[in-house]
Amino acid sequence: MNDLLLNIDAGSINWARAQFALTAIYHWLFVPLTLGLAVIMGICETIWYRKRDVFWRNTAQFWQKLFGINFAMGVATGIILEFEFGTNWSNYSWFVGDIFGAPLAVEGIVAFFMESTFVAVMFFGWKKVSPGFHLASTWLTGLGATISAWWILVANAWMQYPVGCEFNPDTMRNEMVSFFDVALSPFAIDKFCHTVISAWIIGAIFVVAVSCWYLMQKRETKLAIESIKIGTIVGLIASLGAAMTGHKSAQSVAEVQPMKLAAMEALYNGGTDIGLTAVAWVNPFVQPDYLSEESAPLKIEMPYALSFMATNDIHGYVPGINDILNGYTKPDGTREPSADEKIARGKQAITALAAYRKAKSEGADENILNAQLSTIKENMPYFGYGYVKDKADLVPYVPVNFWAFRIMVGLGCIFILYFAVLLLMTVRIPWLSAIVRRLLAIVCILPETESDDRCTIATLPKWHYWVPIILVPLAYIASESGWLVAEFGRQPWTIQDMLPTWVGVSDVDGFSVALTFILFLILFTTMLAVEINIMLKQIKKGPKS
Amino acid sequence: MTYDFLQHYWCFLVSLLGALLVFLLFVQGANSMVRSLGYTDEGRRLIINSTGRKWEFTFTTLVTFGGAFFASFPLFYSTSFGGAYWLWMIILFTFVVQAVSYEFQNKLGNFLGPKTFQMCLVVNGLLGPLLLGGAVATFFEGSNFIVAKENLVDTGAITPVISQWTNASHGLDALLNPWVLVFGLAVMFLARVLGILYIINNVNDEDIRSRASVRLIGAAVPFVVLFVAYLVHLLLKDGYAYDDTGIISIVPYKYLDNFLTLWPLTILLLIGVVLVLFAIGKTIVSKDYIGGIWPAGIGVVLVVLPLLLMSAWNGTAYYPSTADLQSSLTIANSCSSEFTLRTMFYVSLIIPFVLAYIVYAWWAIDQKKLDKQEIADDHAY
Repeated sequence: MNDLLLNIDAGSINWARAQFALTAIYHWLFVPLTLGLAVIMGICETIWYRKRDVFWRNTAQFWQKLFGINFAMGVATGIILEFEFGTNWSNYSWFVGDIFGAPLAVEGIVAFFMESTFVAVMFFGWKKVSPGFHLASTWLTGLGATISAWWILVANAWMQYPVGCEFNPDTMRNEMVSFFDVALSPFAIDKFCHTVISAWIIGAIFVVAVSCWYLMQKRETKLAIESIKIGTIVGLIASLGAAMTGHKSAQSVAEVQPMKLAAMEALYNGGTDIGLTAVAWVNPFVQPDYLSEESAPLKIEMPYALSFMATNDIHGYVPGINDILNGYTKPDGTREPSADEKIARGKQAITALAAYRKAKSEGADENILNAQLSTIKENMPYFGYGYVKDKADLVPYVPVNFWAFRIMVGLGCIFILYFAVLLLMTVRIPWLSAIVRRLLAIVCILPETESDDRCTIATLPKWHYWVPIILVPLAYIASESGWLVAEFGRQPWTIQDMLPTWVGVSDVDGFSVALTFILFLILFTTMLAVEINIMLKQIKKGPKS
Repeated sequence: MTYDFLQHYWCFLVSLLGALLVFLLFVQGANSMVRSLGYTDEGRRLIINSTGRKWEFTFTTLVTFGGAFFASFPLFYSTSFGGAYWLWMIILFTFVVQAVSYEFQNKLGNFLGPKTFQMCLVVNGLLGPLLLGGAVATFFEGSNFIVAKENLVDTGAITPVISQWTNASHGLDALLNPWVLVFGLAVMFLARVLGILYIINNVNDEDIRSRASVRLIGAAVPFVVLFVAYLVHLLLKDGYAYDDTGIISIVPYKYLDNFLTLWPLTILLLIGVVLVLFAIGKTIVSKDYIGGIWPAGIGVVLVVLPLLLMSAWNGTAYYPSTADLQSSLTIANSCSSEFTLRTMFYVSLIIPFVLAYIVYAWWAIDQKKLDKQEIADDHAY
């Protein structure tokens, strides 16, 4: 079976992976802003609907305009992703299409049509439909985008934690046996909550940044202040929510993808009472020598925190990379097989499958077929390992996981702090605001003021307004880092334990895929440059024109 | 519900989405003529703003068509998309550039200029229908592929990929088949016919309407000629049939047999043809008639739906392999499991509700026809 690997065009696999990563990364540049702005413009329009104050209509329309510029790019990059499952990952499409195709179809029927129908009403219906219908359309556009996120994250979560399916040796594929297990997988719920809530952070920071730019320019002051208030509340709720859901997400990873967690932590040798690494020297360009190093050098850790994060118990057991490769005993007393054992059992499953199909085509005896079926079923949990040549291939690239995780968490903490401070500056809780402002003044973050009333967001020194503007690219970096952890940490699997990346590809030569990769790169980069330029001009133009 | 029923049901739904997609190609058809129909900058903006209120429907239907095909017939998704790589990639490229062209073309800060994005709309308007039509034509004409599931476990196989194209063209060889081109061109001209009828209906501008009426003849004549030519070819050609054991064989006049056996579909198709011809004829004859898009649109759905069903129902292999007869895809050998099809059946019950709100939103937006005053609005493209 290992011979198969030697026969696959490695270039094609790497280019296919690169192309999918490229389109996913570009797509995820636009989707979070869509999800985040949808909430904020929905709130603005709801206030207009209740108060009928033209200021709020103009504010809603302004954010909708920026939403529209961004939305088009999200749509454009999204179509490629769906079809790439077929064009670049055709084996994958057959092997798990029975399960994976369903969420994509539901996404199209339920979410895309909702989004595309009501986005047109939102943009062009201001003078054509009633205010109530328009408000509903605005929220339904955001709801459609969120439902779309739900289904695609269900699909992604299933790749990380395949549930609700069984392998059928007659059709040579995995087949769905429980739609609810797939659609309501706990892994999917965690992933959805964490991903969508973190997207709101980007929307909130974007709104606050644009508003602060106006304050810096001393124009659109009312729009800026009111938008900052909304952005701050959404941002604080979202960044706190992202921390909580992130914790839950990490626990799911610890449970079903321990290798990913070990890579995220550069944890070579696990155990009990494990600390969470705050920082360590992990060379970003070299896979560490996890076999011989005890741990990453220059490690600073928070005692017991990783054990707690993974197991809710400060003394909990967390396996490291070597433990997973060599096998270990779980806290419940069961033994997790070593990589060599898993590879051997995967090969057994594949050999039995080949024998079963041959025997069946030759009309073999029922007993023989049943014996082979029994071997297949027994070893099926390790099926994908049968394609693995070297157990080192089972270890994801540690540096990317380690640093991306730290960037994501570190920036997440900064966002919580920033929005908390901003909330105290924009929302009136006099006694609390006074204390916090005094403290911030002591540490020179805020200027000394004679009275609280003078120290509002509109009267801050100019440099304060640069903070959210700088946070905008950082928010995107945090968001993309999250995806890097999720997807790099899953390697080498397309579907965890079931299908390695190199077995999922299409029969397309490396040159063709490289060419489309380059074309996409040029196309998306050009479109991104145009979009950013249009966005900046539109912001400069402001809401009034 | 039997497994056989579910296979036919999902074939029907995918075909319905395909038929609706062909109708919605009026967006591409109108865009392909944006320069000639619009004539002036303002006229071009009217055309683009008119199709710009509907392009999302076409786009979404294409994506849902793909998603539904994936969920119900994953072996087709795997074989066609992974094999005809370049054919599908070019189609996707044209739709990607189309998606941003509306929003970007007339915005301040578009350093590529409006003409660049208008050109993208034209390219998508021409190549999108042509290549989608060509891809659909392979349902009748076949493609060069082999499906070998044993590759997954056969160490002697060249690669473990189960679906392989037998040449290096990655789908572009289909365009060397003249009948594929005839069908593709027929779809392209049909899109232009529909685009003209839509613009006449949706844009309240006498100049554009009069130019559109003139150009309708130029689009309708080649469409009718190409469509009739392909229909005759289809009725006379051999088809791939499968029996109860799944064995596939070549049957002379298979599609003619399908037209006769599935006679209710044939009647629908003929009604559709009449409706399309009626819409074209009445629009050409009567200057005041602007509602042609509706009979033509319904007619197109009534033509395309039966045509797609003829390719798959009545024991027909809907994706014939010209390289290996037994690799041909049928609704029985390429479909999802019974459980998945049944589950998706329940999901599909919300489709009428989806269609209802689309119709309502469309009606609400189009109550007032698009005019020059409206594109002066800040929200216009």
